[in-house]
Amino acid sequence: MAHIIDRRLNGKNKSAVNRERFLRRFKSQIKEAVTKAIKGRSITDLESGEKVSIPVKDISEPVFHHGQGGVWDYVHPGNEEFIKGDKINRPQGGGGGGGKASNDGEGEDDFVFELSREEFMSVFFDDLELPNLVKNQLIGLEEWKTVRAGFTSDGTPTNINVVRSLRGALARRVAVSAPTLSQLSEAEEELDTLLESDEDNDIEVREKRRNIHALRERLSHIPFIDPFDLRYNNRVKEMKPTSKAVMFCIMDVSGSMDEAKKDMAKRFFILLYLFLERNYEKIEVVFIRHHTSAVEVNEHDFFHSRESGGTVVSSALNLMKEVVSKRYNPAEWNIYAAQASDGDNWDSDSVNCARVLDDFLLPVSRYFAYIEITEGEPQNLWYEYLKLQPSHPHFAMQRIHSAADIYPVFRELFKRQPNHAAAR
Amino acid sequence: MKTPISTGSEWTFDLVERYNHAIREIAVDEFKLDVYPIQLEVITAEQMMDAYSSVGMPVNYHHWSFGKHFVATEKSYKRGQMGLAYEIVINSNPCIAYLMEENSMTMQALVTAHAAYGHNSFFKGNYLFRSWTDASAIIDYLVFAKKYISQCEERHGVDAVEQILDSCHALMNYGVDRYKRPQKLSMAKEQARQAEREQYLQLQVNDLWRTIPKRGKDGSGHAAPRFPSEPQENLLYFFEKSAQLLEPWQRELVRIVRKVAQYFYPQRQTQVMNEGWATFWHYTILNRLYDKGLVTDGFMMEFLQSHTNVVYQPPVTAPWYRGINVYALGFGMYQDIRRICEHPTAEDRDWFPDIAGAPWREVLEFAMKNFKDESFISQYLSPKLIRDFRLFAIRDDDQEDKLLVEAIHDESGYREVRSHLAEQYNLGSREPNIQVWSVNMRGDRSLTLRHVMHHRRPLEAASANEVLKHVARLWGFNVRLESVDEDGEVHHLYECKVDSHVLAMA
Repeated sequence: MAHIIDRRLNGKNKSAVNRERFLRRFKSQIKEAVTKAIKGRSITDLESGEKVSIPVKDISEPVFHHGQGGVWDYVHPGNEEFIKGDKINRPQGGGGGGGKASNDGEGEDDFVFELSREEFMSVFFDDLELPNLVKNQLIGLEEWKTVRAGFTSDGTPTNINVVRSLRGALARRVAVSAPTLSQLSEAEEELDTLLESDEDNDIEVREKRRNIHALRERLSHIPFIDPFDLRYNNRVKEMKPTSKAVMFCIMDVSGSMDEAKKDMAKRFFILLYLFLERNYEKIEVVFIRHHTSAVEVNEHDFFHSRESGGTVVSSALNLMKEVVSKRYNPAEWNIYAAQASDGDNWDSDSVNCARVLDDFLLPVSRYFAYIEITEGEPQNLWYEYLKLQPSHPHFAMQRIHSAADIYPVFRELFKRQPNHAAAR
Repeated sequence: MKTPISTGSEWTFDLVERYNHAIREIAVDEFKLDVYPIQLEVITAEQMMDAYSSVGMPVNYHHWSFGKHFVATEKSYKRGQMGLAYEIVINSNPCIAYLMEENSMTMQALVTAHAAYGHNSFFKGNYLFRSWTDASAIIDYLVFAKKYISQCEERHGVDAVEQILDSCHALMNYGVDRYKRPQKLSMAKEQARQAEREQYLQLQVNDLWRTIPKRGKDGSGHAAPRFPSEPQENLLYFFEKSAQLLEPWQRELVRIVRKVAQYFYPQRQTQVMNEGWATFWHYTILNRLYDKGLVTDGFMMEFLQSHTNVVYQPPVTAPWYRGINVYALGFGMYQDIRRICEHPTAEDRDWFPDIAGAPWREVLEFAMKNFKDESFISQYLSPKLIRDFRLFAIRDDDQEDKLLVEAIHDESGYREVRSHLAEQYNLGSREPNIQVWSVNMRGDRSLTLRHVMHHRRPLEAASANEVLKHVARLWGFNVRLESVDEDGEVHHLYECKVDSHVLAMA
């Protein structure tokens, strides 16, 4: 009788390894595609996968085969009109139209396939070493929830974990009594030998008995449970996401912010967005760009329009203040901001910036990051901002020179602050 | 009149069981098909794609190219460009046939008849499979191979393993013995002998190189003995035994790929016969089911539609013409052989005096067992079938301006058409004839391969150069490939020099 087996449940994703091998082999091409995709995508749209196209010649597996030329005989079906000896023109594209011609013919198109969202993200994060990101906590979040996290040797009696404690006690008793037990069995054996011998050895026997008694005594004194054995359920506090957050992206779009700099800023904003997305159910993004004056724009204009002009950074900060006051009540919203600039500001304006931050924006923000994208020396804005740092631990500033700095800088900005970290 | 087994299109395990039972009664009891025990496995579309991309085997080692095929299959499947092949069957004992869960009951019955009884009996009966593959050991062997390769990956890194596998895959078609019969594969034997083999082989290779005569030592100045003494057609075997720089584990990888290539070689030689046989039997069996009143008219309609699609042969003028459909040709030939037995015409008696009027079941069995595509066609393709297909032969000579119609489906053309079509299925002439020619034993140890040109057909140069790099990786020294024309003159020379970079990879 035939065996009928339902295989549908096992062996799912069996091809995952081969697929992973395939992606691994074409990593550089895939990375390129992902990088390109990120340029073209909006900050909030990272949900879907991405089409990747690899030239067929890179992906082909070569084998020896015939090229065109020489003499070939082909048999075909469906003859309508020919008779023996007819001469006919070669079909376009050569080769006599047999199986061989198609071998070369299909070589033109690229090999296109789709990355799943997970694959897309993993390539994206691969660049950025993001997996560590989840370990980071934003500072300044005040809502916590407690979650179980294993066991500790210290705690309140209500949290004692009985099973763990007894298991520990048993282990301790076995360990502590082992030497005494072996002494005891030795002594008992010796006593037996003494008793069996015919010699007169009462004193020795008595001595042994006393010894055995002492050992038993010692064993009985090993406590059944010791404070050392106690284990407590450990509970740690974890940040509880509050439901709403808004992220302000503020960018200097003066002439000196070229495409490369904007691209770096964009990557930074994407990271910030992904990070916040993990913590909040709802997240909004506000784009503010500025040169001498600031406007709120959509994402496309934010990254793509080029306007030249001088720079008055405070205009953007004032606009943010205005938007916050109108739409994002700090009591309800978790406010984040990232400001990207090459730092070149109208001289006397930097003082204004510091003042707006100090007076209004920093007190209402959960976190405010300033990234200066520049190759040269820090500019005056940087020095002005530097003064704010001591009094505002959630104001962070970093400098980015090249795309490679984005992640380390992001990490630095968002690293866990020891004094605010969750209790362990 | 019996009642049909089922009336709806949904399948259940119970129904699959009952159809299988009914099919078995017809296939085995009535028509005497000799089959391996059958294991039917219900799988998902994803699993089908997976099986598809790792050359149909349920177990296989990991390789990026299988991932590539999976991605490609998935892409066209999702876009709806391609219906999944609704059947995969494995030449193993027990014979494993896959039923895809999306199939209707009719399709499950069709697949069961086609794969589990058609292909299965072909695997068990055909002489190529009997002598070249061991159905009871293949799964075990692949388990061994998979384990061994993943151990290599742990020890030497995925990249190092991948490189060797890539090179072996490029030469897979040249990793088969065409005439010798290999030893049977089995995991137990493989494992037991593997360590021993590693050492022994390495010793042998070293000996080979140690026995190079020292120049002028005995003053005789004899030419070095030619190595290899005769040209070698099995390139992978040659590298496994003679490539000096391969590590023992690399030799084992070469061997694994070679063994797998050898296992699939009969399949490549019997496409027309094998698909034709399976198609003939699903057609015959399901019609029998209908005659016995076990299936409904609706079942037959669905089955016939699917069957007709499978055996459709577009004419050469159709835009979607992609050569001869092996299902159509094979099915047509077995049907035709049966017809010649049962209702021979005068022409049939003339052409096939031995089988005209003979018992069809025996004739068919003999034809299935003792041929491969090439000889099968040259033995059994009848004038009637040539007419039915309106076959004609064309000569494409690159020295002529025009193509020449050599023969058509008429009295004077039958034999010529038949012999050309048979030749078309001759792997030996479809694939370039490339053999190991010589090794420069006294000098740089460079290896020369020879491509013996047939009908002035050249190699495709770009891929030849690529493959040669793989050859060089396995050989470890410079390699050359000479295309030699029929007069023995070198027509074209391909070369790949091994620099230290390639050596480091080897």
